[in-house]
Amino acid sequence: MESFFSRYRNASLLVLVLVAQVVGLGTQVKKRNDTAGKSETGGTRLIRLWVVDAITPVEKFFVGGFHGIRNIGKNYFYLRGVRQENRELKAEVDRLRIERVRLSEDAAQAHRLQALLGFKEQFVSQTIAAQVIGTSGSDQSHVLYIDRGSSDGIKPDMAVITAAGVVGKVLRVFHSSSQVLLINDSSSGVGAILESSRLQGILQGTAAGEVTLKYVMSDEKVQPGEPVLTSGGDRIFPKGLPIGVVQAANPGSDLFLNIRVKPAANLSRLEEVLVVTSIAETDPRLQAAPGQQIRAADILAERLPSVPPKPAPGAPKAANTTASGTAPSATAGAPTTAGAAPEASATIAPAKPGGSPAPSATTGGKPADSTTAKPAVVKPAVSKPAAGDAQKPRQTAKPASDSPQAPGQDVSR
Amino acid sequence: MSDVTIVRTSREEIEVYRFGPIISIAVPLLALVIQAFVPVRFRSFAVLDLPLLVTIFFAVTRRSQVAGLMTGAIIGLVQDALTHQAIGLYGIAKTVVGYGASSLGVKIDVENPGTRLLVTTGFYLVHQAVYFLVARNIAGLALEWLWGRTLVAALLNGVASIILFAILDRFKRGT
Repeated sequence: MESFFSRYRNASLLVLVLVAQVVGLGTQVKKRNDTAGKSETGGTRLIRLWVVDAITPVEKFFVGGFHGIRNIGKNYFYLRGVRQENRELKAEVDRLRIERVRLSEDAAQAHRLQALLGFKEQFVSQTIAAQVIGTSGSDQSHVLYIDRGSSDGIKPDMAVITAAGVVGKVLRVFHSSSQVLLINDSSSGVGAILESSRLQGILQGTAAGEVTLKYVMSDEKVQPGEPVLTSGGDRIFPKGLPIGVVQAANPGSDLFLNIRVKPAANLSRLEEVLVVTSIAETDPRLQAAPGQQIRAADILAERLPSVPPKPAPGAPKAANTTASGTAPSATAGAPTTAGAAPEASATIAPAKPGGSPAPSATTGGKPADSTTAKPAVVKPAVSKPAAGDAQKPRQTAKPASDSPQAPGQDVSR
Repeated sequence: MSDVTIVRTSREEIEVYRFGPIISIAVPLLALVIQAFVPVRFRSFAVLDLPLLVTIFFAVTRRSQVAGLMTGAIIGLVQDALTHQAIGLYGIAKTVVGYGASSLGVKIDVENPGTRLLVTTGFYLVHQAVYFLVARNIAGLALEWLWGRTLVAALLNGVASIILFAILDRFKRGT
């Protein structure tokens, strides 16, 4: 036996080293499966720590040197055209200001609609900028290394984005660096939604480094060029971040479509990224104007469907609150958002059973001027607020000469 | 006068080279750093496997099977640590290549560029095949064997080895 091992010493050593590695590999795979990939064993964690601590300082040095040389050249060439660029930027700022006003109107409207449906809003509230210092160096593992780690407050499962779109998520965190799993890796998964068709699926990478949207039924129609956004369902990426656009959609072998997605962020040339360290979640309820309180009745009126006012006995038909008789909200005007004057929101209180008038009509906390018994036609809450329009009433109350005011219905002017 | 062509070199005819400890550590480390750093700017650089080329170079030059397999195992394990996958995939593949390359280095002369191109191209394919088998069957990764891509990568690595080995030849020390 001894002579066998001495004779085949090298081959025996090869077998020994291979067996040791296979056993180690098998143990890791089993532990990963047991813990659903959430934890790593002490030995392998230690190896990674040593290697990353040895490699990343050298990479940081290279990146610093590379940027230093590049910036010297860039600074000179940039200064040459800075005046012209300044003019162009000023024009761009003016254009964006106008755009902002328009978008703020749309946002306000969306805000109100969200409030009506009780949606929670998610938005990126805090990010940390990080420099990409390295990759895995392997075609089989689509990961990046960034120069921020646990000392900067980075934690696993934080979203990593650029201005263009989603990049990936933090997988492992070391002291001064982190490993980021890109969305084109075959082990990644992102909850995604198609922007216009609102179809949801899971975004996954392939072995070839492509990005595909899975689990969209094959009887759905998906057009190339349609933007793909994060759905927020994975609890990692905030809802609504751009992921990419549909490149091709073909029927798959199973029940689902094969949808190939072109990532919005250029994953092969990333230099700086943003790590989302905090996602704020707010309930977009009514917001009071500065110095004024929101009344519980307003919030309730926001959330509950309204009851159409009952006409007084013997009275002619009541004011046309809604076409169907069930207004989406008891508030006739738009919900009072920040900056809206309280007197601008006229509320139609639902009529009490038995036809008695509602106790009060509300006008944002002030007594309603309901002394005039003018009949009114009250429009449902569909008015679109204009920018700088805070003092305008959110409800239009038209006098209707041929119909008396319904009980429980006050209209303020 | 006899005209004898030597088609196969014997162990005694092939010179065995050694490397200083600094070179033995610095060259693999530099290969790993370059392999990790350059694809940040040039993604297609990842098609080259510099750690593999260094493994083959040290194995065929030292011509020691033990040194070859240990070099391959260490470089492979370090490379594994930089990925997000289980540690051992590259380690196993490079151990096999290190052992194989040093065994081949004992038998044939790998000093000329043509031989180096063929040897590196062949060992790249062996490396990919071992990696693929281990990754699929032990680690359970969903990999696809792409013949076209693998052959092109093998050839590119073969060409790169001619340049790299010529540079690394300067650090060789004869015994």
